[in-house]
Amino acid sequence: MYEPLYRTLFRIRRVEEEIARIYPSDKLKSPVHLSIGQEAVAAAMCSPLTREDTVFCTYRSHAAYLAKGGDLKQMLAEMYGKATGCTKGKGGGMHLIDPEAGVMGASAVVGTTIANAVGYAYSVKLRRQNTVVMSFFGDGGTEEGVFAESLNFAVLKKLPIIFVCENNGFAIHTHQSKRQGLPDICGRARAAGVTSELITDNDILKMHERATATVDALRSGTAAGPFFFECQTYRWKEHVGPNEDFKLGFRTKNEAQPWIDNDQVKRLAALLSAGKRKKIESQVEAEIQDAVAFADESPFPDLSELTTDVFHTSTTPFAIQRAA
Amino acid sequence: MAPTLCNDQDTSQFAATGTLALHPKLERTLSYVDAVREATDQEMQRDPNVILFGLDVDDPKAIQGTTRGLVEKYGAERVFGTPLSEDAMTGVAIGAALAGLRPIHVHIRMDFLMLSMNQLVNVAAKSSYMYGGRVKVPLVVRSMIGKSWGQGAQHSQGLYSFFMHVPGLKVVAPTTPYDAKGCLIAAIRDDNPVMYVEHRILHFQNGPVPEKSYSVNPGKARITCPGEDVTLVGISYMQLECLRAARYLEDAGVSAEVIDPIWLAPLDIDTIADSVRRTGRLCVVDNGWTTCGASAEIITQVMERLQGEREIRVQRLGFAPVTCPTSPPLEAEFYPDARRIAAACNDLVRGKKQGWLPEERPDLKDIEFKGPF
Repeated sequence: MYEPLYRTLFRIRRVEEEIARIYPSDKLKSPVHLSIGQEAVAAAMCSPLTREDTVFCTYRSHAAYLAKGGDLKQMLAEMYGKATGCTKGKGGGMHLIDPEAGVMGASAVVGTTIANAVGYAYSVKLRRQNTVVMSFFGDGGTEEGVFAESLNFAVLKKLPIIFVCENNGFAIHTHQSKRQGLPDICGRARAAGVTSELITDNDILKMHERATATVDALRSGTAAGPFFFECQTYRWKEHVGPNEDFKLGFRTKNEAQPWIDNDQVKRLAALLSAGKRKKIESQVEAEIQDAVAFADESPFPDLSELTTDVFHTSTTPFAIQRAA
Repeated sequence: MAPTLCNDQDTSQFAATGTLALHPKLERTLSYVDAVREATDQEMQRDPNVILFGLDVDDPKAIQGTTRGLVEKYGAERVFGTPLSEDAMTGVAIGAALAGLRPIHVHIRMDFLMLSMNQLVNVAAKSSYMYGGRVKVPLVVRSMIGKSWGQGAQHSQGLYSFFMHVPGLKVVAPTTPYDAKGCLIAAIRDDNPVMYVEHRILHFQNGPVPEKSYSVNPGKARITCPGEDVTLVGISYMQLECLRAARYLEDAGVSAEVIDPIWLAPLDIDTIADSVRRTGRLCVVDNGWTTCGASAEIITQVMERLQGEREIRVQRLGFAPVTCPTSPPLEAEFYPDARRIAAACNDLVRGKKQGWLPEERPDLKDIEFKGPF
């Protein structure tokens, strides 16, 4: 169990560190919202999902995209603005998608994809598909009206969806305590009628255990959805960009230090034998170098691409958009 | 249940003019309401992916009757009323469409779409492009514009130009029962989000509608009354007023060519420009405000096409640039009507203000809507 989880977690960390390393070269043509420090949430929560399951993400979605099996080469090429990117250089780093892997997109408008995930789950239920939808959003997203509306409908229709609030404490630079009169996100979900659970300390093993049990219950039909998890975590880097932001003064390194000391990458690494760990790490490093080279060498899109994809023109009957 | 109409036969005859010209053998007559209902029924029958939801679609009034009987026929999973959550329910519709369903989301007033703008503009319109063509959003959003009987500020707005502005959305405002059915079928089968705009007064129109399934496809306008002196484009409900205005203009010796754009996005500028190339005069009457509106867009596109080739004169008519009032005399002043449209066209043709306003003819009066809504 620790090996695949470590591979996922380490891979996300190293991809983002590589993005941060490349950033000053100006090769990345997209805003970069790193999840370094909070990758454990997506890694753990996605771990029981298969390719047939579906996730909806936020603009800070490198972790969920990769954890769910999104294509790494296409992700980096997209951030480079290349034709081989996951959206051919049209969506950029804030709108990563990989329908074949069940990553159904990400929005730069906070909270927006919560409702889209609920609608997808409605389709899953209507078609009697035995799959699960997972909706990722931040603590800021829970302040949007669409959050309350979406939870209500998901409860009303008992939809097979797991809401995952990645609570990193900040909406850009503003702490939760300055934004929420009652900073009890689980309480609000519970008030809507959603079975809710708080997981503290960025605890990857706890999140893995709870996600696995919940997905199993939904699949086996022993429990109906929706479910809600508030996963407390911490963003080490600035809101957007590759650097730290402690100099801005809205938070201190002292506040961050316990989270950094509690690094889940190191925690999992310590649970593996040195041999197994080194094997995983060298495979990941090689894959990342391949992907960076792929993004670097890929061409920019042809100018004719500017006007394509505004509308779909196919008239063929349309069933399901990704392999079932 | 149906409100009293003082002259429904006359208006249906006007509305049907273009349809009858195209389909002289059509005998079955249907109301606009029943045309919408039949289109929905036939598509739900044909395609199990079509679902229908919105506030009150399954209640006893069934959205003026447009959804009547559908929940009984297709079940509460495919036809359901929703919580009062336009924002999230629009997002739900998009998510369902991403999964391969073909949702029809109904709003009993267009004004309520303001609560859905984030999802419509930032997600529905953008998903195909922003995701490099890897997903589709086959979504129909039905909404109704109200008029008269005190509909007022927040039940009367024709806001389709908002949606015409955004790449990735199609917009249609059918006028006749024939187009109501054909356009809705086309919208449901379209792989893109379509804003389907109804007008509450048009619901009472009757006209020829084939029983079999057919589609009135995007991007084709219709000449509803051929003429020579002035091109008169009427959008949504204003199409009816334009057809009436053409009758008034006959008395003044002016021959108006009336065009119904039907689809506002994509817009059939060819048909309109070809007409203006002949007439040299263009009056666009919108069921909305003129500033940055559909009338401004249509006139600009025609000018861009014809400038340097043909001298043309243009006129926009639309809502008065104020909030819609409720008192009947003020409300009557707020909307363009057939007589004032005729006067404006006469001025366009004569080249200067004539001060002519036709006497009101009982056979060309607007229908009177008696509520409750």
